[in-house]
Amino acid sequence: MKLYFKYVAMLLKSQIQYKASFIMTILGQFLVSFTAFLGIYFMFSRFHSVNGFTFSEILICFSIVLMAFSVTECFVRGFDVFPRLIQSGNLDRILVRPRNEIFQVLTSNMDFSRVGRLFQSILMLAYAIPTSGIIWTFDKVMTVVLMLIGGIAVFSALFVLYAGISFFTIEGLEFMNIFTDGSREFGKYPLSIYGDGILKFFTYVIPIALFQYYPFLYLIGRSDNIGLIFLPLLGFIFMIPCYCFFKFGLRKYKSTGS
Amino acid sequence: MIELKNINKTFKVAKRNAGFSEAVKALFKKEYTYINALQDVSFSIGDGEMVGYIGPNGAGKSSTIKIMSGILTPDSGECMIDGRIPWKDRIAHVKNIGVVFGQRSQLWWDVPVIDSFELIRDIYKVENAEYKKTLSQLIELLNIGEIVKTPTRQLSLGQRMRCEIAASLLHSPKILFLDEPTIGLDAVSKIAVREFIKTINRENKTTVILTTHDMQDIEALTERILLIGKGRILLDGSLSELKTRNSTHKTLTVDYSGEKLPLSEHMTVIKNIDGHAEIIIDTVFLTVSQAISYISSKVEVKDMSVMGETVDEMVVSLYKEFEI
Repeated sequence: MKLYFKYVAMLLKSQIQYKASFIMTILGQFLVSFTAFLGIYFMFSRFHSVNGFTFSEILICFSIVLMAFSVTECFVRGFDVFPRLIQSGNLDRILVRPRNEIFQVLTSNMDFSRVGRLFQSILMLAYAIPTSGIIWTFDKVMTVVLMLIGGIAVFSALFVLYAGISFFTIEGLEFMNIFTDGSREFGKYPLSIYGDGILKFFTYVIPIALFQYYPFLYLIGRSDNIGLIFLPLLGFIFMIPCYCFFKFGLRKYKSTGS
Repeated sequence: MIELKNINKTFKVAKRNAGFSEAVKALFKKEYTYINALQDVSFSIGDGEMVGYIGPNGAGKSSTIKIMSGILTPDSGECMIDGRIPWKDRIAHVKNIGVVFGQRSQLWWDVPVIDSFELIRDIYKVENAEYKKTLSQLIELLNIGEIVKTPTRQLSLGQRMRCEIAASLLHSPKILFLDEPTIGLDAVSKIAVREFIKTINRENKTTVILTTHDMQDIEALTERILLIGKGRILLDGSLSELKTRNSTHKTLTVDYSGEKLPLSEHMTVIKNIDGHAEIIIDTVFLTVSQAISYISSKVEVKDMSVMGETVDEMVVSLYKEFEI
């Protein structure tokens, strides 16, 4: 764990070497997600509610998804840019070091400029918390925390899955973005607004609804089932097959070398 | 102790002909060819030995190094290094080896070299006292005291390579794999790197396995060479042995005054202008001293030098001999 923080310090040091670039990227990240926010804002200035959800409620949903996603992108970046690690041959270097491979991939890359997005999500959440009309009892706060944790788990698992696939093909990996960046975009709104089919897909196949939709229902008081709070933790189960798949890919890499 | 027995490795490579229609075809149906990267590779290397591993591009050098460092799993065969199978016992194995890939960096690009060293120390869990001792030895031998505080990206290739080598040795490995360590270096850096490799081999008893295309590296460093071609070990022997075995010709350069250069059998003139001649002697039939005494008895010799085959030429003739 100490080593992990040393890696963090190292990567941070590297990235702030180029101050202007670093700050501009943060600003860029902030602006990109800000336009997404504007999109929602203008829509609500015409419609007032989407599928019965109010503006503040949507903001809560969006900010939690964005927050989980930007934290994941920052700290699990190594898996997100994993194809580069293979192409540059740096995976070989990882394999000749006496540490766990997953740990080393995690620490191979982190993207701290994602704080731009994180900041945006914090702003939105800060705006939505008092205006949403939710009474912030302990269980509601817990719901938000667990939604965040579950979101980070599911997004991380998706990145690991993405990295696992890149062992088999470098081409055509773009489709995976449907699940990573796509889930972030989809996740702006509670998944039920897309219809039943999409909701089922994002419940049973890619379990985004587990941390986004169901606990959210409890949060805004549409459901009284307190069990929904703990649903995001199921996201950790999703990590298992993704991890196994990555390991499987790594074994293949070791036997083919490319 | 490194021991490889009957190592085999086959790669499946997608085959595609040139042209757009072929590219489209490849989308639907891929054809594969199988390349035997390694066939029946066996050798053993004792502790503290220094071995040059040579062969043309694509002969299987890197694959062998990758197997020995635990990156690659062979299809069949045994490989034992200090009682461990590299790819099965990866973490324990890599603690004892250092690997330098000449064309890739292991240093963090944007931070001072010393920061990279410290992180490597933590990765390998090297004791601080031990680390300081090793580091000061490496800094002194490689003459990098001035440059370790500079970010890697600002270093010249020669400086960087010296730091790379230092980085691979911070955990005092028993075995060092060097994959083309002198590639692209200037003469001064090359010699510095060679001297260093010699020193750690002699003083720390580090086993060194060196792949290179620079035959001067081989000549300066290794007593034993392994020649690989098309995935097979073709030759395993000492450099001097190889030299005597392969040198059937010597070149004699003569500056002389006199009418006409006398020639006997087994001498071939390749150049003869204004009293300067180069003659190739077939040493199987005619010794060098015989040739010299023969020439000097006929003409007045002003200057004379004898040259054997260079290692480069020797390797070329070896590659030819084995058709690789």
